[in-house]
Amino acid sequence: MFGWLTQTAALAALNLRSLPRRPGTAAVAMSGIAALTGVFAGVLSMATGFEKTMSGSGQENVALVLRSGATAELNSRFSGEQADIVRYAPGIARDVDGDPEVSAELFWVVNALSKSSGAEANVALRGIQPPGYGLRNNYRLAEGRPFTPGRFELIAGRGARNQFAGLEPGRTIRFGKTEWLVTGVFEDGGSVFESELWCDVNVLQSAYQLGNGYQAVRARLDGADGRARLEEALAGEQRLSVDVWSEREFYAEQAEDTATLIRLIGIPISVLMAIGAVFAALNAMHASIVARARELATLRALGFGSFPTALAALLESVTLAFLGGVLGCAVAWLALNGFQASTLGASFSQVVFNFAVTPDLLAQGITAALVVGLVGGAFPAARAATARVTVALREL
Amino acid sequence: MAEQLIRLTDVGKNYRKGREAVRVLDGINLGIDKGDFVGLMGPSGSGKTTLLNLLGGLDKPSQGTIEVDGKVVSALSQGALAKWRSGNIGFVFQFYNLLPVLSAARNVALPLLLTSLPASRRKQHVNTALRLVGLAERASHYPRELSGGQEQRVAIARAIVSDPPILLCDEPTGDLDRSTADEIMALLQQLNRDYGKTIVMVTHDPRAASYAHRVLHLDKGELGAAQQ
Ligand SMILES: Nc1ncnc2c1ncn2[C@@H]1O[C@H](COP(=O)(O)OP(=O)(O)O)[C@@H](O)[C@H]1O
Ligand SMILES: [Mg+2]
Repeated sequence: MFGWLTQTAALAALNLRSLPRRPGTAAVAMSGIAALTGVFAGVLSMATGFEKTMSGSGQENVALVLRSGATAELNSRFSGEQADIVRYAPGIARDVDGDPEVSAELFWVVNALSKSSGAEANVALRGIQPPGYGLRNNYRLAEGRPFTPGRFELIAGRGARNQFAGLEPGRTIRFGKTEWLVTGVFEDGGSVFESELWCDVNVLQSAYQLGNGYQAVRARLDGADGRARLEEALAGEQRLSVDVWSEREFYAEQAEDTATLIRLIGIPISVLMAIGAVFAALNAMHASIVARARELATLRALGFGSFPTALAALLESVTLAFLGGVLGCAVAWLALNGFQASTLGASFSQVVFNFAVTPDLLAQGITAALVVGLVGGAFPAARAATARVTVALREL
Repeated sequence: MAEQLIRLTDVGKNYRKGREAVRVLDGINLGIDKGDFVGLMGPSGSGKTTLLNLLGGLDKPSQGTIEVDGKVVSALSQGALAKWRSGNIGFVFQFYNLLPVLSAARNVALPLLLTSLPASRRKQHVNTALRLVGLAERASHYPRELSGGQEQRVAIARAIVSDPPILLCDEPTGDLDRSTADEIMALLQQLNRDYGKTIVMVTHDPRAASYAHRVLHLDKGELGAAQQ
């Protein structure tokens, strides 16, 4: 109906005009909602950023071969002979010289000092073989030079370099009994590998007396059926029992647990804040309705309907909430988007990732704010609509 | 004989105070002709405002019927009453009840938002009403920038802007000094005489009451004869 729409619009415009008369309660409600939205978007952006890092890490056409039942490289083991069985199995791509594109690797956890907290943190030291570079599509040496095979040298991922102390190229860093020379810094398109330190796998074996042992074998798959062929060949192999993951699936799965944990902690906090924000909105709207009881009654006396009155009050509340939501999102975005942090990943080593405040997240944050506005405004709106005009006109 | 515009038949009004029902108006029978100017006097708490609210469709009687222009308004629903008020009644309150966030012109325009008039015609009506109350040059002023008398004039402009046949005034001069009150009364008199508005006005002030054609006395919820 045309009538009540124009009435609602006129009343809502009036409500908004009178907002500045009650700056206190309106500001409290708005900042409550802004805080809620900010925390909500912050927590989700952390989970999203973590997932983004992890899911950007694996490649579909790279197989990650782990010992059967291992859920992480950390708890997988291969002997040198077993690694070679995988290396020469069918389904694996060959380079121009006809050599398999395979890197048998070690994933070792060492201690480094976090720059921000000064505390010791677990960092992954990965030993790779030369084809390992090519198996990371976005690998790029950003500073210095590569490590020299056979020497106690390493290169640091960009994330590790930023988060942990002592990883500037040219410096040496001690892990356990050995001193390592940092020769360079590498990038890999923001993937989880940027949280790691890389060295020659054979050097790592001798540094920790690991013999000719490995933990994971990475291999470029040959064509669309490469994985199936590799899996079939290894399944028929008596000397080892393995799982063949697509690297992408593997990291996606690892991301899920941590992201779920972040959300599990973050969402109850958001819910508590939402309850607080609802009460702040309720209080602001209640104050608004009470302060203007006489004005609203006058308008009703002039012939404005009770339904448009309620709707306009609701609109006022939702507008307040929207402004608060936008504020919260803006703060979250400015403060957190791209903010780098690290957390313990599924492999018990730190994963460095960036908070990702995505448009999706902002939309969710604003939606949460609007819901708070609706819930907080409902009761005062109903009160505005049902107030007796004659009674309200008597009150001064 | 003039045509009867308002007719109250055996109207009563009770209020609940806790468990008790308090009888505020009792057996009111009253006819008001078109073009009449009725003063309503009586001690505080005698039910004057209550009666005015019933006439204006702000409240419904506990018993009896109220007819206006042949329509039984006491039988209308709340929603229908609101619509009816916007077309038939102009209210003038003791404390003006202007909206502080709106300019005089916008305050006056409020009742027109309930009509389908286009904006340009609304503006015309607002200008006409403000000119009639002598405040054309104050259109853009806000209530806080106006004197009490001027505020009441704006309120009167608001009451007449949609050209309702009936004006209900609850102590319109109650908050004004004597000379300002006289100006307001002269304005109401003009609206009654020149524009044919039927006016019912509650007042404590015999001087204001003297502008009315007749004065009714309300005492303890019952209507007495005029004592003029
Ligand atoms: N909503 C209400 N509930 C209960 N009592 C009321 C209500 N409104 C008015 N009254 C009572 O009704 C009586 C008449 O009030 P009112 O019509 O305002 O008198 P007047 O305008 O003549 O001073 C008073 O005793 C007042 O306390
Ligand atoms: Mg009164």
